[in-house]
Amino acid sequence: MATLSQIPPSPPAQPARRTAFAPIVLDGLTHNYGERLALDHLGFEVRAGEIFGLLGPNGSGKTTLFRILSTLMTPTGGRASIQGFDVAREPNKVRQQIGIVFQARSVDLKLTVQENLKHQGNLYGLSGKRLNTRIDEVLGRVGLLDRKADFVETLSGGMQRRVELAKGLIHSPSVLLLDEPSTGLDPGARRDLWQYLETLRDEENVAILVTTHLMEEAEHCDRLAILNEGKLVALGSPFELKSQIGGDVVLFETQTPEAAQTLSIRLAQRFAVEAAVLGNSVRLEHNQGHRFVATVVEAFPGIVEAVSVAKPSLEDVFIRRTGHRFWTEVPAEAAASPGKKSRERKAHS
Amino acid sequence: MATLTANPVTSAPRLSAVAKPGIWLPALSLWQREIVRFYRQKARVAGVIASPLIFWLVLGSGFAHSFQSSGSGAGSGHYLGYFFPGSIAMIVLFTAIFSMMSLIQDRNEGFLLSVLAAPVSRSAIVLGKVLGGATLAAIQGIVFLVFAPLVGVHLTFATVLLSSLVVVLISFELTALGFAIAWPMDSTQAFHAIVNIILLPLWMLSGALFPASGASGWLRFFMRLNPLSYGVDALRNTLFPAVATDFALTTNLAITAAFCALTFAASWAIVNRRTNKPAA
Repeated sequence: MATLSQIPPSPPAQPARRTAFAPIVLDGLTHNYGERLALDHLGFEVRAGEIFGLLGPNGSGKTTLFRILSTLMTPTGGRASIQGFDVAREPNKVRQQIGIVFQARSVDLKLTVQENLKHQGNLYGLSGKRLNTRIDEVLGRVGLLDRKADFVETLSGGMQRRVELAKGLIHSPSVLLLDEPSTGLDPGARRDLWQYLETLRDEENVAILVTTHLMEEAEHCDRLAILNEGKLVALGSPFELKSQIGGDVVLFETQTPEAAQTLSIRLAQRFAVEAAVLGNSVRLEHNQGHRFVATVVEAFPGIVEAVSVAKPSLEDVFIRRTGHRFWTEVPAEAAASPGKKSRERKAHS
Repeated sequence: MATLTANPVTSAPRLSAVAKPGIWLPALSLWQREIVRFYRQKARVAGVIASPLIFWLVLGSGFAHSFQSSGSGAGSGHYLGYFFPGSIAMIVLFTAIFSMMSLIQDRNEGFLLSVLAAPVSRSAIVLGKVLGGATLAAIQGIVFLVFAPLVGVHLTFATVLLSSLVVVLISFELTALGFAIAWPMDSTQAFHAIVNIILLPLWMLSGALFPASGASGWLRFFMRLNPLSYGVDALRNTLFPAVATDFALTTNLAITAAFCALTFAASWAIVNRRTNKPAA
C-alpha cells in the first residue's frame, strides 16, 4: 500500500496498457440543482489499478458525482470522461466500460442469483456458454457459487451485497464504481468486500472508485479525494494527507463554548499557536503534543476539562481543510449562512 | 482465492471489450423477466383471470336485466354479447396497468437504475418492458376467448386468429401507453390517480359499455377520438362478423396499429430524454 501511494502523480506517463489517459478524468466538473451548486469545478484523475476513495459528509456532492459518472445524469458544466469517452456525450461507450454497485439494492428478489446475473450479462451483450462460464467465475470470486440457484430474497443482507458486486463485475469492467458499498455490512463482510476489491485491483488492474462517509474505510484507499460542499478540499494518499499535518493533534475540552473561545485567544497570546474552536473544544496541531499539553494545563488551571493527544487522522485533515468537523453541527453552520442552508434543504426534498 | 492469484485474468481480453449488446438480447431478457416474475406470483395469475370473469358476468348480467339492449352490437341481442369485446379490452387494460405499475416498482427498488446504467439502447428497454406487459395482457385476453361460444360466437380458426391479432395490438398499445404514463412517476398512488383520470375513461368511452351510435353528440365525438374505440370495434368485427359495426375491420386495424406505433414512439422519446436531473 505504502509503495503504491508513493508513485509520483504523472498520469500521462502511466503504464498505458489500454489507453493513453487515466481511466477516470474529471475536468472542471460542475453541477447545480437550480441555484444550489452541488459540484464546484472538480478536477482529478483515477488511475488504473488503484482504489480511489471519494470521502465526504452527507451532502458534499458524492452522490451527484456518482450519478454523473454512472451516466444517469448529465453535468451542467465541465467534463468527465471514462476510458476517454465523455460521460455526457457518449453514454453507451462509457456504460460498456463501467461496472456499478449502487448503494440501494438493484437485484431482483423474485429471481435466483443465477437469473439475476444472466439478466445482467444479457444487458451487457453476453450470452450462452461465455456468460455461464463468467457467472461461475464471478460467483466463485464473491464466494456464492453454492447459492447460485437460490432466490435472492432468501439470502442475508451481506450475501445480497455480494450478488450486487457480482452483478457489477459480470462484464469484467475496467472501471468499477461503488456507492457506499459497505452500507449494512457487518465488520466481517466489510473486510471481505475490501479483500475482493484489492484482488480486483491487483489482478485485473481495475480502476476502482468508492464513495464513502466512513473515515476507517477511507483509510483503506490508495488515494483519496475529500469533498466538502461540492469542492475538492484534499487529494492524495491517506498517508500523504495525514503527514501534511504537523506532529500531533491536541484537543482541549472545556465546559462551555465561551470558555473554549477564551482559551483559544489566550493560547494565541501566550504560546503563539493557532487554535481552532469547535464547540466546547479547542483543537490545534503541535510538534510535541505531550509536552505542550503539560505546559498548557499548568498555565491555565481550571479551564481545561479533558485533554487528548493523537496522531493526525483523516478527520483532522478534513477539519484542517474546511475549518469544521466532518459531521457538521448544523446550528453553527445555519447561523453562519441561513439563506444558503434553507435553499439546500429545498433542493434535497 | 489462491487459485485465482495463480491464474491472473488480465491476460484474457476483457468481456466488456468483446461483447456487443444489440437490441434483441437485452429486450428478450427484460421480456423474459416480466413473464417469470408474473408466474412466480400465483395470486397475480389467479386474480387477473378471475376478476374480469366476475366483472363480465356480474356487470353484464346486471345491465342486461336493467336495460333492454337495443341490440345494436350484440350477436344474440343480449347485453352479455355486446359487452364481450369490451370485457376483453378491460382484461387487457387491467393487465397492462398492472404490469406498468411494476415499472414504478422497478424504479423504487433500484432495479431500473442498473438497467439504465447498462449499455443498452433505450428502445430495447421500452421494447422489453412493453412486450413483457403486452404478452401477459394478450395471453389473458386470448384465453378469455374460450367464453365466446357462450355468447353465440361460432369460433372458427380464422375467428380465433384474427381476434387474437386484435387482442395483441390492443395489448401493445395500452401497455405502451401505460409505460409512457408510468415512466416519469415514482409512486404507485400517483399512477392510480392517472389510471382513474385517463385510462378508465378511455375504456368506458371505447364502445365497450355502450355503442357510440346511441351516445349524445359530444360523447360520440370523444368516442371517435378515442383510439381504443377502434380496437374494441375491430374485436366486434372479428367476433360478430354478421353484425354491422361503426367501421370496417381494415380501418380499425390500421388505426389501432398506428396508435401502437405512436405510443411506442412516445415511450421511446420519454426514456431517451437525458437531463441533468437525477434519473431515478
